Amino acid sequence: MSDANPNLPNPNLDAAGAMATEVPQAAALGFQMVSASNARGVMHVPWREDLVGDPETAVIASGVVTSLLDHCCGMAITVATGERRPTATLDLRIDYMRPAASRAGVTVEAHCYHMTQSIAFVRAHAWDADPADPIATAQAAFMLAGPVGPGTGGAT
Amino acid sequence: MTPEDHLKAFLARAPYIRFLGMTAELAGDELTGILPFSPHLIGNTLLPALHGGVIGGFLEMTALAQLAVTQSTPRVHKTIDVTIEYLRPGRALTTYARADLRKVGRRIANVHVEAWQEARSQPIAALRGHFMLAED
Repeated sequence: MSDANPNLPNPNLDAAGAMATEVPQAAALGFQMVSASNARGVMHVPWREDLVGDPETAVIASGVVTSLLDHCCGMAITVATGERRPTATLDLRIDYMRPAASRAGVTVEAHCYHMTQSIAFVRAHAWDADPADPIATAQAAFMLAGPVGPGTGGAT
Repeated sequence: MTPEDHLKAFLARAPYIRFLGMTAELAGDELTGILPFSPHLIGNTLLPALHGGVIGGFLEMTALAQLAVTQSTPRVHKTIDVTIEYLRPGRALTTYARADLRKVGRRIANVHVEAWQEARSQPIAALRGHFMLAED
């Protein structure tokens, strides 16, 4: 998103940024944090040869998009709560509108639009070039664990 | 081509399957997806637990692999939608998955997949999805 500005102080950014780099699966896929504010998180995964689902089209695998959607939803919850609480995904529904473009990376924006004491509800969408032309949308519910110390929790 | 040949071709085709480290075995035409544990699959280092996206991707690939074996075509079937339910944390163990083709129509297949680790009776996750069948 264009409103991402790493120079602005934002207490959520460190925790959210750590989610993109400290979680082994996120690091292995090369996730990058783009922005985090207002119960929303944006993350990007650059295209990579070894993440392709179909070599004939060189389109990034849907499993990578699944991971990014799940992870970005977890990040939106971190942004919404302002702390790194461990979350457990209850369910994740993904609609695939169309394949990403050949050799294109994918960006996801997730919005934690409602939260109770123990449950967070999150919507997300993924795009390759234009946020208004999504490749996939997702709806997820997460269970929130009680607050714990400095986190290693990600979106599992 | 035999079912084994279709499976081999499917597993060899996608770099993402190698990234996951996924394999599969056939008993007749029934396929078991196998995902050996590897540190890069972790989503929660505290537990530790497999990343939810890894489990989702593995379930989806198992569905596509089963479709590749039974709906043999050189082309790749496309995922339309999936609902993934997470039942237990995926621990640092080998994960198995089996797909049930609930309905295979002319263009669309409805597939249920279940994943487990130590005991099949204690599934860690399930997927229900629709897939657009590739035409020859």
